[in-house]
Amino acid sequence: MTERKEVWITGIGILSSLGEGLDAHWDALNAKRINVDDKRFAPYIIHPLAPVSFDAQIPKKGDQRQMEAWQRIGTYAAGLALDSAGVKGNQEILSRMDMIVAAGGGERDLAVDTAILNADAHGNFSPGFLNERLMSELRPTLFLAQLSNLLAGNIAIVHGVRGTSRTFMGEEASSIDAARIAVARIEAGQSDIALVGGAYNGERLDLLVLFEFGDFNLTGEFTPVWARENNSGFALGSAGAFLVLESREHAEARGVKPYAKLTKVVADLAQRKQPGAVTKSLETLWSKLGVGDDVGVVVTGATGAEPVTSEERAFLREHQGLAVRATGTMFGHTVEAQFPLGVALAALSISRGALFPPNDPTGFEVEKSDPPTQIVVMGTGHWQGEGMALVEAVK
Amino acid sequence: MATPRDKFGRPIVVVTGMGIVTSLGAGKTDNWAKLVAGESGIKTVTRFPIDGLRSTMAGTIDFIDVDPFTSTRLSERIAEIATEEALAQSGIGSKGDFPGPLFLAVAPVETEWPQRLELGRTVAKREFDYYDMLRASGGGRFAPYHDRFMFGSVAKFLAENFGTKGSPISLSTACASGATAIQLGVEAIRRGEADAALCVATDGSVNPEAVVRFSLLSALSTQNDPPQAASKPFSKNRDGFVMAEGAGALVLESYEAATARGATILGVVAGCGELTDSFHRTRSSPDGKPIIGCMRKTLADAGMVPEQIDHINAHGTATPENDKMEYLTTSAVFGEQISKIPVSSNKSMVGHTISAAGAVEAVFSLLTLEHQRIPPTINYDVPDPSIHFDVVGNKARDARVTAVMSNSFGFGGQNASLILTREPA
Repeated sequence: MTERKEVWITGIGILSSLGEGLDAHWDALNAKRINVDDKRFAPYIIHPLAPVSFDAQIPKKGDQRQMEAWQRIGTYAAGLALDSAGVKGNQEILSRMDMIVAAGGGERDLAVDTAILNADAHGNFSPGFLNERLMSELRPTLFLAQLSNLLAGNIAIVHGVRGTSRTFMGEEASSIDAARIAVARIEAGQSDIALVGGAYNGERLDLLVLFEFGDFNLTGEFTPVWARENNSGFALGSAGAFLVLESREHAEARGVKPYAKLTKVVADLAQRKQPGAVTKSLETLWSKLGVGDDVGVVVTGATGAEPVTSEERAFLREHQGLAVRATGTMFGHTVEAQFPLGVALAALSISRGALFPPNDPTGFEVEKSDPPTQIVVMGTGHWQGEGMALVEAVK
Repeated sequence: MATPRDKFGRPIVVVTGMGIVTSLGAGKTDNWAKLVAGESGIKTVTRFPIDGLRSTMAGTIDFIDVDPFTSTRLSERIAEIATEEALAQSGIGSKGDFPGPLFLAVAPVETEWPQRLELGRTVAKREFDYYDMLRASGGGRFAPYHDRFMFGSVAKFLAENFGTKGSPISLSTACASGATAIQLGVEAIRRGEADAALCVATDGSVNPEAVVRFSLLSALSTQNDPPQAASKPFSKNRDGFVMAEGAGALVLESYEAATARGATILGVVAGCGELTDSFHRTRSSPDGKPIIGCMRKTLADAGMVPEQIDHINAHGTATPENDKMEYLTTSAVFGEQISKIPVSSNKSMVGHTISAAGAVEAVFSLLTLEHQRIPPTINYDVPDPSIHFDVVGNKARDARVTAVMSNSFGFGGQNASLILTREPA
């Protein structure tokens, strides 16, 4: 085995309910701004996407029309990451840039669905009814806006990222694994540069329905993640978060500065039927990261769902002196985008020499004044999968 | 005695267990017998009404019951059956304790129509909208549907049942997914992260909306009668693919680990390659360069030259576009030699198992190496005169096969190839 290569984060792209780009997010986080909409889907709460002109990253209207919102959000954020890494339009690099996208599925045509369901409820449901309605009413290219791997496909088409292209699925865990595999490949010399991330459109009734099946949606009054013990759940959020990862050698050869390095990503699947399993799994992952409590900072994608958030809090309480930041409070739960978003904010904080302030009236999140040099990013899935990443300053 | 490392110094990756389920049946024995006999698994669909559909046949798996039926549960069940077969053959680990990670190619998951209709019927209103459905969804009544329709649900089930290690990965690269699952396993073993990997690909998604979606993209054959003659790879009168269900499972191990425990080696994954096409969402770049590059990357990854490949297990979907592009690109890679390499498409018999195809066809390629017999491409009665492949038409052919290239191409510019050999190079 050759020596493991160091993996640098050289590009960050974020589009969310708080805006687009690094400065806008830095300002919003420091101003403790939160963008929630508790009216549109009341009593359900969401964090809607900030106004954005997609033309800036997806210049062809034809491309925009071929996508649904989740793909536009992701393709846009991917473009921001490529810009930030200074590789946008660099065909030589893009032609061999690897990509791992964490994705769910795309929007449905709710008008078609609702009409079919109403007809069914009225008893107008002959054997071929569903087929006939779907055949005549579904937009032929809607399928391409729904297919999980077509976010990656659109990034290839719009931005020309065309080395390998892999799409991981499976909610929160998929984006942890996307980062984990990309880092492992770069460390081992199987890849020099990779685009990694995910996107989520939280403004979808069909997804609210899916999470409502499990009573996971936050309803009523908006509260920060750590204040939801008695009214648990998450408010879906819209966000795209992408990172450009590359080997130190590759970055140095093209003369770019890193935001931070991504030292390690670990993940596991706890058997959650046993109470305490998540707390235990997080302890194991923490020791695999090889950090002590002097690491100082944890950025977590804790959802606010129970019992998992309480299990995560129990783990964090065992490690005294940590400054914790829950992205779920500011951004909502962006599922496949939450982990890359956490890594992005960790890298941004390290590069700016400061941690953004707590946004938590319960006092669980505490101030941290000195510049962070190590940040652990945590992702604990709302129903399965846990992972952590260690983001560090480049010495 | 071969060395445990390949010519690039990486651990050699071997296959020690295989399992398969297709519309032809469950298990390698049954599948292989029917495959070399040229039998088709394609039938007129009976699972749901076919009224109003342009394509009414598919390679459904009707001999395995799941109740209540969902495409996701069927995918899960056939993946489980294929995995059990692969593990039994491999003899690795112990029951419920597989010593490595899981890479699962699975169709994208979503709430399905029977469950959506069930929800709609609970809304106590004459005219209702999605908000009404949302308000009827909670309270635990539909709690199992949350778990069922999470994208990670199939991988969770398999990981817990077979005791794979770490975070299981569910992936989609559309019709190349099965090959990608194998590729991820190969990469993990080559990195030295694992001595073994369980690579599974499954697709049980023949349901009305899935058929409609592909139909609206004009991807499916409409030659419904007789159904078994619909899939006509490389024929002049081909008109699309036939949707099908299936699962393939492979136990990959480092050669060193496999030999250390005295396992029987079924074959070698000598090379894998992947190259993305950024031309269009459903069509290949007209010059074929990404596919050509994909095959060349795969040869380079295996440290092989085109002359060493003696069989191609084609993607061969039988869409007019795919088969034309596949010939154009394959002949560019193999040159004059292409007319001498037997080429066959398993999809003529088992249909297109979509997310599972790459792994199903890898299993068939390894069985081809084992039996030194190439399964036919059936329904090959009117050869396309512009495709100069040596198609193994209609009847299986005995041949000396030492290295097979298996190709997979998918929507979204996904191209992936594998090279499988009998013995370590």
